[in-house]
Amino acid sequence: MDFLNSIILLTNFIIVPGITYGSQLALGAIGVTLIYGVLRFANFAYGDLMAFGTMVVILMTWYLQSKGISFGLLPTALLALPIGILLTIAVSLFFDKTVFEYYRNKKSNPVTFIVVSLGIMFVLNAVVRIIIGPNDINFMDGHKFIMKAREFKQLTGLNEGLAVKSTQVITLVTTIITCSILFYFLNKTKTGKSMRAYSNNEDLALLSGIDPKKIVLITWVIVSILATVAGTLYGLDKSFKPFTYFNNLLPIFAATIVGGIGNPLGAFYGGFLIAFSEIGLTYAYKKFFKYIMPESLEPSTLIQFISTDYKFAISFAILIIVLIFRPNGIFKGKVI
Amino acid sequence: MIKNIDFKICFSVMAILTVLVGLFQSWGIALSMLNLCLISAVMAMGVNIQWGFAGLINFGVMGFLAIGGLATVLVSVPPVHEAWRAGGIGILISGLFLAAVVISIFFINKKLSKNKYKNYFIFLIIILSIPLLKFIAGPSISKIESINAATSGFLGGANLPIIFSWFVGAILSALVAFVVGKVCLGLRSDYLAISTLLVSGIIITIVKHEEWLSRGVKNVIGLKRPVPYEVNLQKSEWFINLVQSINSSKLSNITDLEVKISLLNQLVITSSGVFVKLCFSLIFFVVVFVILYFSEKALNSPWGRMMRAIRDNEEAARAMGKNVVKQHLFIFMLGSAIIGFAGAMLVTYDGLFTPSSYQPLRYTFLIWVMVLLGGTGNNYGAVLGGFVVWFIWIQSAPFAMVVINLFTNHLDESNYIKNHLQNSVPYFRYLMMGLGLLFVMRYRPKGLLPEKIIKN
Repeated sequence: MDFLNSIILLTNFIIVPGITYGSQLALGAIGVTLIYGVLRFANFAYGDLMAFGTMVVILMTWYLQSKGISFGLLPTALLALPIGILLTIAVSLFFDKTVFEYYRNKKSNPVTFIVVSLGIMFVLNAVVRIIIGPNDINFMDGHKFIMKAREFKQLTGLNEGLAVKSTQVITLVTTIITCSILFYFLNKTKTGKSMRAYSNNEDLALLSGIDPKKIVLITWVIVSILATVAGTLYGLDKSFKPFTYFNNLLPIFAATIVGGIGNPLGAFYGGFLIAFSEIGLTYAYKKFFKYIMPESLEPSTLIQFISTDYKFAISFAILIIVLIFRPNGIFKGKVI
Repeated sequence: MIKNIDFKICFSVMAILTVLVGLFQSWGIALSMLNLCLISAVMAMGVNIQWGFAGLINFGVMGFLAIGGLATVLVSVPPVHEAWRAGGIGILISGLFLAAVVISIFFINKKLSKNKYKNYFIFLIIILSIPLLKFIAGPSISKIESINAATSGFLGGANLPIIFSWFVGAILSALVAFVVGKVCLGLRSDYLAISTLLVSGIIITIVKHEEWLSRGVKNVIGLKRPVPYEVNLQKSEWFINLVQSINSSKLSNITDLEVKISLLNQLVITSSGVFVKLCFSLIFFVVVFVILYFSEKALNSPWGRMMRAIRDNEEAARAMGKNVVKQHLFIFMLGSAIIGFAGAMLVTYDGLFTPSSYQPLRYTFLIWVMVLLGGTGNNYGAVLGGFVVWFIWIQSAPFAMVVINLFTNHLDESNYIKNHLQNSVPYFRYLMMGLGLLFVMRYRPKGLLPEKIIKN
């Protein structure tokens, strides 16, 4: 019984939040890694692109709600998602045409691209704040919990409860769907293969007749979809605040590099690695050990590796350790 | 497109703009803007030394600024004796422990450089040392933080004049830059950008949450000043006489004694604020000129030539026998020291240390916009960038307000869109910055004042 309790405890406080947060990071990291792989620069505007997509989804959600349309048990935001994706694609392509294309044709160095993406970051930052304001917005509606801690306790008769929010399940399901489509596309379809070829060796890909314009276009479309989906899922699960989205860029970068930059599958695992280390290392295991240890060995301290204040710092530290020991990432990425 | 703009013209334009702000808005606003322009110029020169001279991309500006700010607290605040008695020894022991860990890591790195398992050793040491450190320091930290938690709850500082802290901030920043540089400088440009950004995030997290050191999010207020206080000025005889003699023509027109005295009081209060800011401006001007002078000297010295050679062609410089790694580390420390100096100046000018206000957008990327807009590799460009960008940053809100009012003039006062736009006026500065950066990168990629190539 104690053993079961300890397992439920860990599931409730580490595994379920870890999977949710990990999926959100993974979706974001795949976007960053695709930009890096195909367009060959680190896009600092990505966090604000996520914020922009989410903002459109929120505005659309409000519009739908004012018309009295809802999605039953599911949040209305899912209905609004396609519009958000379309507008985000439009914005990405606009910035690509007006800004990035020029530097791509000039074959500028990566640093120039980073600087230009900083400019876009400022612009998107301003646009989002001007349109929707800098405040916290909660746009989750529909059914909140799939299972409440109390219900679980009554159901199983255990001491520990397991609470599952519906946003957590939605996040997981959406991530599985998005990622399976994406990896099918990258690995099985002709366009996906040509994209990977372009990312692997640009000159060779051009020689074999791959149209670079098409590749760039498709990359921005995929990236915008991923950014909007990841942003919306994060916003549903927590809440929407432009500043948080900008800050989330940092763990997303960490996940990207840890997984090997330019490697989508690596980015996927990297997201989960970062999420689980952030949550696992800041969790206080006192109660857990109380269940599994004999009474005489019960711990007196919290058994917490590092305090929760340092949650973000953990992902940065992991990144730096990886950069020192395996600069190509845990799963072999590319060095461009 | 004008090929070469003389820096004298640029600075004259900026001076005129500042005077215009003084005439049309108020001298207080103009001077505080000027002071922040000067501080920004110092920050931009620090970044310019790293990026313009050596091509090192440092997105950790925010972290070094915070270290400079922390230095002001550690130097100028009077020590809290009670807290030292309660937990000082524990903190010292854990500090020694931390130093031992760092030294042992460097030692292992050097001694076992051939060993396959070197990295695992280092990793193990780091993993083990964190809980140990917590175990050693934990009790003392909670003791320190519990002493007068509302007003102090930290160790305090050394109670020295605050000017010292600027140098201490520079030294501390250089030390941190040494560690960061040892770890990160081997990375390629974009990795370096990301990792320095993340390191600065770690630094901010530490400053924010180690309350025994910096009071963290509880902020330190009422820091010392290198210049007189307004309240003291308003009471001192010579200052009142000074104000009287400056405004003698205005005062002599008034015959009623009571009105005259009240007007004089008013003038004394406003001009005391201006006077304090003027004192700050003088000190900051001296700092800017000294740093500018030495960086110009450095840029044109054989050392500066070598740095540019390393920047432009690392392989060739290495082949010529230059120690690229060492020079990179040195210039990274030098630039970070200047940034730390500027951080301490900023906190001194504000008079308070608020760790939660350090955000990358304002304290890293804005400084970068200054350098890129002003002109990379040109010290005058960096200073000009600091002036221009800060000017736009401050003046874009009033400017946006005017534009919005112009376009929404025909709309009703209670119109939703009009009100919404008026409320979001502060965010137009981000828009201006972004557009400014994009246009400069496109049409004048070397900045307003491009680097001068000296041909011998």
